[in-house]
Amino acid sequence: MNAFMSFFRELHEKGGINLTIFYDPFDMSRFSHGLVLTVVMFVICAVASVLLGLFGAAFATLPYRVPRAIVRGYVAFFRNTPPLVQMYFFYFGLGALVPTSRNAYGLPVAMVNNLDWALIALSLYAGAFNVEIFRAGIEAIHHSIIEAAAALGYSKAATFLHVMMPLAWRIALPALCNNLIELLKTTTLAYAIGVPELLYVSNQIWSDNINTFAMMNVLMVVYLLLVGVVAMTMHRWERALKLPGFGAAR
Amino acid sequence: MTQDQSASRFSPEVGIDLAAARKRAGTWRNAGLASVLLSILIVCVLVLAVAILSGTGTTILAKLIKWTPFLAEGFLLNVVMSLIAISAGTLGGVFLGMGQIALVGWISWPSKVLTQIFRNAPWLVLLFYCIFLLPYQVKIAGQTFIVANWLRASIGLTIPVAANFSEIVRGAMQSIPSGQWEAARSLGYTWRQSVFQVVLPQCIKRMLPPWMNLYAVLLMATPLASIVGTQEALTNLRTALQAEADGRLLLPFYAYLLSWFFVYSYPIARFSMALEKRFAIH
Repeated sequence: MNAFMSFFRELHEKGGINLTIFYDPFDMSRFSHGLVLTVVMFVICAVASVLLGLFGAAFATLPYRVPRAIVRGYVAFFRNTPPLVQMYFFYFGLGALVPTSRNAYGLPVAMVNNLDWALIALSLYAGAFNVEIFRAGIEAIHHSIIEAAAALGYSKAATFLHVMMPLAWRIALPALCNNLIELLKTTTLAYAIGVPELLYVSNQIWSDNINTFAMMNVLMVVYLLLVGVVAMTMHRWERALKLPGFGAAR
Repeated sequence: MTQDQSASRFSPEVGIDLAAARKRAGTWRNAGLASVLLSILIVCVLVLAVAILSGTGTTILAKLIKWTPFLAEGFLLNVVMSLIAISAGTLGGVFLGMGQIALVGWISWPSKVLTQIFRNAPWLVLLFYCIFLLPYQVKIAGQTFIVANWLRASIGLTIPVAANFSEIVRGAMQSIPSGQWEAARSLGYTWRQSVFQVVLPQCIKRMLPPWMNLYAVLLMATPLASIVGTQEALTNLRTALQAEADGRLLLPFYAYLLSWFFVYSYPIARFSMALEKRFAIH
């Protein structure tokens, strides 16, 4: 570890490339905390947005007009407004209405803090796209399969759960992969409401050390690596779930 | 046989039943108009509901109206930035995308790498790059020009647009059956002639819906420019809120701005959905 640190210290002194995150313990801890927070935010929002997408798509298949209209409105709203303004709307607009409690020093503390709002906003934003993705997946199932399930005595709910969902999930996976990558990239917006994720801590680090260019390159590489990990995981999953003779031709 | 004729002869789908096309165009226009009216109605109801619910309806409404020209000024910049970025990005994307399918390795590899890097990097990070690294002023013929923040932000938005469009172009080009390439080749077309006169004209209708989606995504990204200090709609909105210093205005003001974007973007989304449906191949 010491050799590692001294290499980067020398790189700074002799090579002129100042990567404080690799030799300064304080910057190192700041950066790794930011990285962890970005990953945690991504995982939480990914799970929440997939659940939102599944429930939204299930709602949209119901034969009633009201739930369908609600889902359609939700999707239209979140797809046609800027995610950054959504985040401000949640954090500043709705955040002003949330009651505050007082901490040990008597200072006001919001019940829902900026990280919570970022998670809510990002999940709702990505969820809207997921609804469309799963809906398209469900629509792509051939009606004969659903009829076959009915002929075998499946109830509507059981058909949905045991026949439609497993197929729709497989059809939707490639598009879901794209949307999750989009979500990972969108977590950077939490920067704007002061959530100390990767972009935010990097900004702090390059402001303190005036190593903007080097830090930005590191940041870019880290994000590309994260995207690569997500893409690879999803492709593996896609391959593992692949059914012979189904969904081969797109 | 001129080359133009041969190009259309290769693509039987290009022949359009004019009467049917007009009829469809009419229904689109109606759908577009209806959606605009609907969204304006939704906006009015939303703003009024918020204003009435918060008890101070008239004052809030008066303040919204008072700041509307200022917001419109900022929103105009959002639109201008998006138009610059989509024009430049489309141009860059066409070259990058064709580069990706070029048969020459030293063109295709760099095009692929650039496309993947700029498509997968967060828009905000690319924006930071351009804001910090592009020159603040340029000298042309002895005269110094200051590069405005919004112009640098537009360039920052152009890069991911170009990379995304590059993928759209590549996908569309590869979706053309190889028989088209072979037919062009057997008629003695060069690579360039087959691209521009046979393949690209057929690609355009496949590229149009995703291109419109890309424009919507781009427009939704323009408020990011406020983070790097551009005087666009979101910046102006926050300036207005600071000037008013009234907590009750927060919710209606942000809802108001959301509705602006919605009114601009929703008709485009509906139109591209209609196009997609029309161009769908079953």
